[in-house]
Amino acid sequence: MDRIPILKMGPFLLVTIQVDLYDRLALTLENDLISMVSKTGARGVLIDISAVSIVDSFMGRILGNIASMSRIMDAETVVVGMQPAVAITLVELGLTLQGVYTALDVEKGMELLQDKIGIFEDPEQEKEGPDDSDD
Amino acid sequence: MNTIAQLLQNNKKKILENWMQNQLSDTSLRDDLISNEELRRQSDELINGLSRATAGGNVDNIYAPEYEPVVEILSDISITRARQGFSPRETGMYVLSLKQAIITVLQDKYSEQPEVLYKELLTVNNLLDMLSMVTFDTYIKGREEVILRQTDEINEISTPVIRVWEGILALPIIGTLDSARTQIVMENLLQEIVNTGSSIAILDISGVPAVDSLVAQHLIKTVSATRLMGAECIISGIRAEIAQTIVHLGIDLSNIKTKASLASALQLAFSMRSVEVRKISKNTGFHIGR
Repeated sequence: MDRIPILKMGPFLLVTIQVDLYDRLALTLENDLISMVSKTGARGVLIDISAVSIVDSFMGRILGNIASMSRIMDAETVVVGMQPAVAITLVELGLTLQGVYTALDVEKGMELLQDKIGIFEDPEQEKEGPDDSDD
Repeated sequence: MNTIAQLLQNNKKKILENWMQNQLSDTSLRDDLISNEELRRQSDELINGLSRATAGGNVDNIYAPEYEPVVEILSDISITRARQGFSPRETGMYVLSLKQAIITVLQDKYSEQPEVLYKELLTVNNLLDMLSMVTFDTYIKGREEVILRQTDEINEISTPVIRVWEGILALPIIGTLDSARTQIVMENLLQEIVNTGSSIAILDISGVPAVDSLVAQHLIKTVSATRLMGAECIISGIRAEIAQTIVHLGIDLSNIKTKASLASALQLAFSMRSVEVRKISKNTGFHIGR
Protein backbone atom coordinates (compact mmCIF):
# COMPACT_ATOMS: atom_id res chain seq x y z
CA MET A 1 0.00 0.00 0.00
CA ASP A 2 1.11 3.56 -0.73
CA ARG A 3 2.51 5.60 2.07
CA ILE A 4 3.49 9.22 2.19
CA PRO A 5 7.01 9.63 3.59
CA ILE A 6 7.39 11.71 6.75
CA LEU A 7 10.82 13.31 7.10
CA LYS A 8 12.27 14.44 10.39
CA MET A 9 14.18 17.73 10.24
CA GLY A 10 15.43 18.71 13.65
CA PRO A 11 12.42 19.47 15.79
CA PHE A 12 10.11 19.50 12.79
CA LEU A 13 8.37 16.89 10.67
CA LEU A 14 8.21 17.52 6.94
CA VAL A 15 5.53 15.94 4.79
CA THR A 16 5.45 16.51 1.05
CA ILE A 17 2.35 15.23 -0.62
CA GLN A 18 3.26 14.47 -4.21
CA VAL A 19 0.20 12.51 -5.25
CA ASP A 20 -3.48 13.23 -5.20
CA LEU A 21 -4.78 12.07 -1.86
CA TYR A 22 -7.52 9.52 -1.77
CA ASP A 23 -9.41 8.89 1.44
CA ARG A 24 -7.52 5.80 2.67
CA LEU A 25 -4.15 7.44 1.98
CA ALA A 26 -5.19 10.56 3.87
CA LEU A 27 -6.29 8.48 6.86
CA THR A 28 -3.01 6.54 6.82
CA LEU A 29 -1.13 9.83 6.67
CA GLU A 30 -3.07 11.14 9.66
CA ASN A 31 -2.24 8.00 11.68
CA ASP A 32 1.42 7.91 10.65
CA LEU A 33 1.92 11.59 11.28
CA ILE A 34 0.37 11.59 14.73
CA SER A 35 2.34 8.52 15.82
CA MET A 36 5.50 10.17 14.45
CA VAL A 37 4.76 13.31 16.48
CA SER A 38 4.37 11.28 19.62
CA LYS A 39 7.44 9.12 18.88
CA THR A 40 9.82 11.96 18.04
CA GLY A 41 8.30 14.66 20.21
CA ALA A 42 8.33 17.01 17.24
CA ARG A 43 7.45 20.64 17.88
CA GLY A 44 6.17 21.47 14.42
CA VAL A 45 4.62 19.78 11.41
CA LEU A 46 5.02 21.20 7.93
CA ILE A 47 2.75 19.85 5.21
CA ASP A 48 3.58 20.80 1.65
CA ILE A 49 0.57 20.41 -0.62
CA SER A 50 1.88 22.35 -3.60
CA ALA A 51 1.49 19.28 -5.83
CA VAL A 52 -2.07 18.59 -4.76
CA SER A 53 -4.56 19.80 -7.33
CA ILE A 54 -7.75 18.18 -6.08
CA VAL A 55 -9.27 18.39 -2.61
CA ASP A 56 -12.63 17.50 -1.19
CA SER A 57 -14.29 18.18 2.13
CA PHE A 58 -12.82 14.96 3.59
CA MET A 59 -9.30 16.02 2.72
CA GLY A 60 -9.96 19.46 4.20
CA ARG A 61 -11.23 17.87 7.39
CA ILE A 62 -8.18 15.60 7.63
CA LEU A 63 -5.90 18.64 7.42
CA GLY A 64 -7.90 20.30 10.19
CA ASN A 65 -7.78 17.10 12.25
CA ILE A 66 -4.03 16.78 11.90
CA ALA A 67 -3.64 20.36 13.09
CA SER A 68 -5.90 19.92 16.12
CA MET A 69 -4.30 16.59 17.07
CA SER A 70 -0.79 18.01 16.80
CA ARG A 71 -1.85 21.04 18.79
CA ILE A 72 -2.90 18.75 21.66
CA MET A 73 0.51 17.10 21.45
CA ASP A 74 2.20 20.52 21.53
CA ALA A 75 3.18 20.74 17.88
CA GLU A 76 2.13 23.49 15.48
CA THR A 77 0.99 22.69 11.95
CA VAL A 78 1.79 24.76 8.90
CA VAL A 79 0.26 24.00 5.51
CA VAL A 80 2.30 25.46 2.66
CA GLY A 81 2.01 25.94 -1.07
CA MET A 82 -1.71 25.58 -1.51
CA GLN A 83 -2.78 25.99 -5.14
CA PRO A 84 -5.25 28.81 -5.91
CA ALA A 85 -7.86 26.35 -7.18
CA VAL A 86 -7.53 24.29 -4.01
CA ALA A 87 -7.89 27.39 -1.82
CA ILE A 88 -11.02 28.47 -3.71
CA THR A 89 -12.51 24.99 -3.42
CA LEU A 90 -11.90 24.82 0.32
CA VAL A 91 -13.43 28.26 0.85
CA GLU A 92 -16.45 27.33 -1.27
CA LEU A 93 -16.83 24.20 0.84
CA GLY A 94 -16.80 26.42 3.91
CA LEU A 95 -13.54 24.95 5.21
CA THR A 96 -11.32 27.84 6.12
CA LEU A 97 -8.98 25.64 8.18
CA GLN A 98 -9.15 27.78 11.31
CA GLY A 99 -6.25 26.99 13.57
CA VAL A 100 -4.00 25.85 10.75
CA TYR A 101 -1.12 28.13 9.91
CA THR A 102 -0.41 28.69 6.24
CA ALA A 103 2.53 29.94 4.24
CA LEU A 104 3.36 30.46 0.60
CA ASP A 105 6.25 28.01 0.34
CA VAL A 106 8.34 25.64 2.43
CA GLU A 107 10.92 28.30 3.17
CA LYS A 108 8.40 30.76 4.55
CA GLY A 109 6.65 27.91 6.35
CA MET A 110 9.84 26.94 8.13
CA GLU A 111 10.43 30.55 9.16
CA LEU A 112 6.90 30.73 10.49
CA LEU A 113 7.29 27.48 12.45
CA GLN A 114 10.55 28.63 14.01
CA ASP A 115 8.87 31.89 14.88
CA LYS A 116 5.87 30.13 16.41
CA ILE A 117 7.72 27.75 18.66
CA GLY A 118 10.45 30.18 19.55
CA ILE A 119 13.48 28.30 18.29
CA PHE A 120 16.05 30.52 16.70
CA GLU A 121 19.31 29.30 15.34
CA ASP A 122 20.62 32.82 15.47
CA PRO A 123 19.29 35.13 18.19
CA GLU A 124 19.98 38.15 15.93
CA GLN A 125 17.31 37.02 13.50
CA GLU A 126 14.67 37.13 16.15
CA LYS A 127 12.68 39.83 14.40
CA GLU A 128 12.33 37.84 11.17
CA GLY A 129 9.21 36.14 9.93
CA PRO A 130 6.84 39.05 9.32
CA ASP A 131 4.15 36.87 7.79
CA ASP A 132 2.49 35.87 11.03
CA SER A 133 -0.86 34.27 10.52
CA ASP A 134 -3.59 35.74 12.62
CA ASP A 135 -4.56 33.48 15.45
CA MET B 1 -51.14 18.96 -50.53
CA ASN B 2 -52.94 20.75 -47.73
CA THR B 3 -54.82 24.01 -47.91
CA ILE B 4 -52.24 26.21 -46.28
CA ALA B 5 -49.45 25.12 -48.56
CA GLN B 6 -51.71 25.68 -51.57
CA LEU B 7 -52.77 29.01 -50.27
CA LEU B 8 -49.19 30.09 -49.71
CA GLN B 9 -48.14 28.99 -53.13
CA ASN B 10 -51.04 30.41 -55.10
CA ASN B 11 -51.33 33.68 -53.28
CA LYS B 12 -47.68 34.33 -52.56
CA LYS B 13 -47.77 37.71 -54.25
CA LYS B 14 -50.90 38.84 -52.52
CA ILE B 15 -49.73 37.71 -49.08
CA LEU B 16 -46.41 39.43 -49.57
CA GLU B 17 -48.17 42.64 -50.62
CA ASN B 18 -50.50 42.45 -47.62
CA TRP B 19 -47.66 41.72 -45.31
CA MET B 20 -45.50 44.54 -46.61
CA GLN B 21 -48.44 46.85 -46.30
CA ASN B 22 -49.02 45.74 -42.73
CA GLN B 23 -45.40 46.25 -41.85
CA LEU B 24 -45.08 49.59 -43.55
CA SER B 25 -48.30 50.94 -42.09
CA ASP B 26 -47.10 50.14 -38.60
CA THR B 27 -46.07 53.50 -37.22
CA SER B 28 -43.32 51.96 -35.17
CA LEU B 29 -41.47 50.62 -38.20
CA ARG B 30 -37.87 51.71 -37.98
CA ASP B 31 -37.16 52.63 -41.57
CA ASP B 32 -33.95 54.21 -40.32
CA LEU B 33 -32.60 50.79 -39.37
CA ILE B 34 -33.74 48.75 -42.34
CA SER B 35 -34.56 49.71 -45.93
CA ASN B 36 -37.77 48.79 -47.72
CA GLU B 37 -35.94 46.65 -50.25
CA GLU B 38 -34.17 44.73 -47.53
CA LEU B 39 -37.44 44.19 -45.69
CA ARG B 40 -39.12 42.97 -48.87
CA ARG B 41 -36.25 40.60 -49.63
CA GLN B 42 -36.37 39.11 -46.15
CA SER B 43 -40.13 38.76 -46.24
CA ASP B 44 -40.10 37.15 -49.66
CA GLU B 45 -37.47 34.67 -48.55
CA LEU B 46 -39.48 33.75 -45.47
CA ILE B 47 -42.74 33.19 -47.38
CA ASN B 48 -40.90 31.02 -49.90
CA GLY B 49 -39.37 28.98 -47.13
CA LEU B 50 -42.69 28.65 -45.38
CA SER B 51 -44.49 27.50 -48.50
CA ARG B 52 -41.83 24.86 -49.14
CA ALA B 53 -41.96 23.68 -45.54
CA THR B 54 -45.74 23.34 -45.44
CA ALA B 55 -45.82 21.53 -48.79
CA GLY B 56 -45.07 18.24 -47.04
CA GLY B 57 -48.28 18.51 -45.03
CA ASN B 58 -46.62 19.23 -41.71
CA VAL B 59 -48.23 22.29 -40.16
CA ASP B 60 -47.80 21.68 -36.47
CA ASN B 61 -44.24 20.63 -35.77
CA ILE B 62 -41.77 23.37 -36.53
CA TYR B 63 -38.91 21.27 -35.18
CA ALA B 64 -39.23 18.85 -38.11
CA PRO B 65 -36.36 18.89 -40.61
CA GLU B 66 -38.42 20.52 -43.38
CA TYR B 67 -38.83 23.61 -41.19
CA GLU B 68 -35.12 24.01 -40.63
CA PRO B 69 -34.67 26.61 -43.40
CA VAL B 70 -37.61 28.65 -42.10
CA VAL B 71 -36.35 28.60 -38.52
CA GLU B 72 -32.91 29.48 -39.76
CA ILE B 73 -34.15 32.47 -41.74
CA LEU B 74 -36.22 33.65 -38.78
CA SER B 75 -33.36 33.24 -36.34
CA ASP B 76 -31.08 35.14 -38.68
CA ILE B 77 -33.53 37.97 -38.96
CA SER B 78 -34.21 38.27 -35.26
CA ILE B 79 -30.56 38.01 -34.22
CA THR B 80 -29.65 40.71 -36.74
CA ARG B 81 -32.49 42.81 -35.44
CA ALA B 82 -31.43 42.32 -31.84
CA ARG B 83 -27.96 43.55 -32.73
CA GLN B 84 -29.25 46.46 -34.78
CA GLY B 85 -31.22 47.66 -31.78
CA PHE B 86 -34.81 46.81 -32.76
CA SER B 87 -37.20 46.63 -29.85
CA PRO B 88 -38.79 43.27 -28.93
CA ARG B 89 -42.14 44.62 -30.07
CA GLU B 90 -40.86 45.49 -33.52
CA THR B 91 -39.24 42.10 -33.90
CA GLY B 92 -42.36 40.31 -32.70
CA MET B 93 -44.62 42.34 -34.98
CA TYR B 94 -42.64 41.14 -37.97
CA VAL B 95 -43.99 37.59 -37.69
CA LEU B 96 -47.33 38.53 -36.21
CA SER B 97 -48.10 40.82 -39.13
CA LEU B 98 -47.55 37.88 -41.48
CA LYS B 99 -50.31 36.10 -39.63
CA GLN B 100 -52.58 39.05 -40.28
CA ALA B 101 -51.70 38.98 -43.95
CA ILE B 102 -52.41 35.26 -44.34
CA ILE B 103 -55.66 35.53 -42.40
CA THR B 104 -56.90 38.30 -44.68
CA VAL B 105 -56.30 36.09 -47.72
CA LEU B 106 -57.95 33.14 -46.00
CA GLN B 107 -61.00 35.19 -45.16
CA ASP B 108 -61.37 36.31 -48.78
CA LYS B 109 -61.11 32.80 -50.07
CA TYR B 110 -63.32 30.91 -47.63
CA SER B 111 -65.90 33.50 -46.71
CA GLU B 112 -68.57 31.07 -47.96
CA GLN B 113 -67.30 28.08 -45.95
CA PRO B 114 -67.06 29.16 -42.30
CA GLU B 115 -66.11 25.66 -41.11
CA VAL B 116 -63.11 25.40 -43.38
CA LEU B 117 -62.20 28.97 -42.57
CA TYR B 118 -62.30 28.25 -38.83
CA LYS B 119 -60.15 25.15 -39.17
CA GLU B 120 -57.61 26.86 -41.35
CA LEU B 121 -57.46 29.91 -39.14
CA LEU B 122 -56.64 27.72 -36.18
CA THR B 123 -53.84 25.99 -38.05
CA VAL B 124 -52.36 29.24 -39.31
CA ASN B 125 -52.62 30.72 -35.88
CA ASN B 126 -50.82 27.80 -34.30
CA LEU B 127 -48.07 27.67 -36.86
CA LEU B 128 -47.31 31.36 -36.76
CA ASP B 129 -47.46 31.51 -32.97
CA MET B 130 -44.80 28.85 -32.83
CA LEU B 131 -42.73 30.75 -35.35
CA SER B 132 -43.04 33.94 -33.33
CA MET B 133 -41.84 32.00 -30.29
CA VAL B 134 -38.74 31.08 -32.27
CA THR B 135 -38.30 34.75 -33.12
CA PHE B 136 -38.49 35.76 -29.48
CA ASP B 137 -36.19 33.00 -28.40
CA THR B 138 -33.48 33.98 -30.81
CA TYR B 139 -34.05 37.68 -30.27
CA ILE B 140 -33.42 37.27 -26.56
CA LYS B 141 -30.49 34.98 -27.25
CA GLY B 142 -29.01 37.64 -29.51
CA ARG B 143 -29.49 40.29 -26.84
CA GLU B 144 -27.99 38.06 -24.19
CA GLU B 145 -24.96 37.41 -26.34
CA VAL B 146 -24.40 41.13 -26.54
CA ILE B 147 -24.78 41.50 -22.77
CA LEU B 148 -22.51 38.53 -22.03
CA ARG B 149 -19.82 39.89 -24.29
CA GLN B 150 -19.98 43.24 -22.56
CA THR B 151 -19.87 41.61 -19.12
CA ASP B 152 -16.81 39.65 -20.14
CA GLU B 153 -15.13 42.81 -21.34
CA ILE B 154 -15.95 44.65 -18.14
CA ASN B 155 -14.67 41.76 -16.06
CA GLU B 156 -11.44 41.62 -18.01
CA ILE B 157 -10.61 45.27 -17.66
CA SER B 158 -11.83 45.80 -14.14
CA THR B 159 -9.76 43.38 -12.07
CA PRO B 160 -6.12 44.34 -12.37
CA VAL B 161 -3.72 43.01 -9.76
CA ILE B 162 -0.97 45.52 -9.12
CA ARG B 163 2.35 44.79 -7.51
CA VAL B 164 2.95 47.86 -5.36
CA TRP B 165 6.03 46.67 -3.54
CA GLU B 166 8.10 43.58 -3.25
CA GLY B 167 5.78 41.06 -1.63
CA ILE B 168 2.79 43.41 -1.59
CA LEU B 169 -0.06 43.21 -4.09
CA ALA B 170 -2.93 45.66 -4.46
CA LEU B 171 -6.26 44.91 -6.08
CA PRO B 172 -8.57 47.87 -6.61
CA ILE B 173 -12.12 46.63 -7.09
CA ILE B 174 -14.35 48.93 -9.12
CA GLY B 175 -18.05 48.24 -9.58
CA THR B 176 -20.45 45.90 -7.89
CA LEU B 177 -19.14 42.58 -6.62
CA ASP B 178 -21.30 39.61 -7.58
CA SER B 179 -20.40 35.96 -7.27
CA ALA B 180 -19.11 35.67 -10.82
CA ARG B 181 -16.85 38.68 -10.40
CA THR B 182 -15.66 37.59 -6.99
CA GLN B 183 -14.63 34.33 -8.58
CA ILE B 184 -12.56 36.16 -11.21
CA VAL B 185 -11.12 38.57 -8.66
CA MET B 186 -10.20 35.68 -6.37
CA GLU B 187 -8.63 33.61 -9.14
CA ASN B 188 -6.60 36.55 -10.44
CA LEU B 189 -5.44 37.51 -6.98
CA LEU B 190 -4.47 33.98 -5.92
CA GLN B 191 -2.68 33.31 -9.20
CA GLU B 192 -0.76 36.54 -8.84
CA ILE B 193 0.17 35.63 -5.26
CA VAL B 194 1.66 32.39 -6.56
CA ASN B 195 3.42 34.10 -9.46
CA THR B 196 5.02 36.85 -7.39
CA GLY B 197 5.35 35.01 -4.09
CA SER B 198 3.74 37.95 -2.33
CA SER B 199 2.73 37.56 1.27
CA ILE B 200 0.40 40.57 1.58
CA ALA B 201 -2.57 41.51 -0.58
CA ILE B 202 -4.49 44.78 -0.25
CA LEU B 203 -8.10 44.68 -1.42
CA ASP B 204 -9.22 48.21 -2.10
CA ILE B 205 -13.00 48.58 -2.21
CA SER B 206 -13.27 52.36 -2.58
CA GLY B 207 -14.76 51.76 -6.04
CA VAL B 208 -17.47 49.43 -4.80
CA PRO B 209 -20.71 51.44 -4.72
CA ALA B 210 -22.43 49.49 -1.93
CA VAL B 211 -21.63 46.67 0.41
CA ASP B 212 -24.45 44.38 1.41
CA SER B 213 -24.24 41.09 3.26
CA LEU B 214 -23.65 39.22 0.00
CA VAL B 215 -20.74 41.42 -1.05
CA ALA B 216 -19.32 41.18 2.45
CA GLN B 217 -19.54 37.41 2.25
CA HIS B 218 -17.68 37.49 -1.05
CA LEU B 219 -14.99 39.65 0.52
CA ILE B 220 -14.68 37.30 3.48
CA LYS B 221 -14.34 34.37 1.07
CA THR B 222 -11.55 36.10 -0.80
CA VAL B 223 -9.76 36.89 2.44
CA SER B 224 -10.09 33.28 3.65
CA ALA B 225 -8.79 31.89 0.36
CA THR B 226 -5.82 34.25 0.52
CA ARG B 227 -5.13 33.12 4.06
CA LEU B 228 -5.26 29.48 2.99
CA MET B 229 -2.60 30.22 0.40
CA GLY B 230 -0.40 31.56 3.16
CA ALA B 231 -0.75 35.28 2.50
CA GLU B 232 -2.35 38.08 4.49
CA CYS B 233 -5.20 40.19 3.20
CA ILE B 234 -5.97 43.78 4.13
CA ILE B 235 -9.23 45.42 3.06
CA SER B 236 -8.94 49.13 2.45
CA GLY B 237 -11.05 51.96 1.10
CA ILE B 238 -13.92 51.55 3.53
CA ARG B 239 -15.97 54.73 3.28
CA ALA B 240 -18.12 56.06 6.08
CA GLU B 241 -21.39 54.87 4.53
CA ILE B 242 -19.94 51.42 3.97
CA ALA B 243 -18.78 51.18 7.57
CA GLN B 244 -22.29 52.18 8.67
CA THR B 245 -23.99 49.58 6.49
CA ILE B 246 -21.61 46.86 7.60
CA VAL B 247 -22.32 47.54 11.26
CA HIS B 248 -26.07 47.93 10.72
CA LEU B 249 -26.19 44.63 8.88
CA GLY B 250 -24.30 43.01 11.72
CA ILE B 251 -21.50 41.70 9.51
CA ASP B 252 -18.51 40.58 11.50
CA LEU B 253 -15.26 41.74 9.94
CA SER B 254 -13.37 41.68 13.22
CA ASN B 255 -10.91 39.01 12.19
CA ILE B 256 -10.09 40.79 8.96
CA LYS B 257 -7.64 43.65 8.86
CA THR B 258 -9.42 46.74 7.58
CA LYS B 259 -8.13 50.22 6.86
CA ALA B 260 -9.87 53.41 5.74
CA SER B 261 -7.54 54.27 2.89
CA LEU B 262 -5.14 52.52 0.57
CA ALA B 263 -2.35 54.67 2.01
CA SER B 264 -2.87 53.44 5.54
CA ALA B 265 -3.21 49.87 4.31
CA LEU B 266 0.10 50.23 2.52
CA GLN B 267 1.64 51.58 5.69
CA LEU B 268 0.36 48.58 7.63
CA ALA B 269 1.72 46.28 4.94
CA PHE B 270 5.11 47.98 5.17
CA SER B 271 5.24 47.54 8.91
CA MET B 272 4.18 43.89 8.57
CA ARG B 273 7.06 43.33 6.18
CA SER B 274 9.38 45.40 8.37
CA VAL B 275 9.91 47.92 5.61
CA GLU B 276 10.34 51.56 6.43
CA VAL B 277 9.68 54.40 4.02
CA ARG B 278 10.99 57.79 4.99
CA LYS B 279 11.90 61.12 3.48
CA ILE B 280 15.43 61.51 2.27
CA SER B 281 17.43 64.74 2.39
CA LYS B 282 15.61 68.02 1.72
CA ASN B 283 17.48 68.91 -1.46
CA THR B 284 16.35 66.06 -3.63
CA GLY B 285 12.66 66.81 -3.15
CA PHE B 286 11.84 63.20 -3.80
CA HIS B 287 9.88 61.20 -1.34
CA ILE B 288 7.58 58.20 -1.27
CA GLY B 289 4.67 57.64 1.00
CA ARG B 290 4.06 59.74 4.06
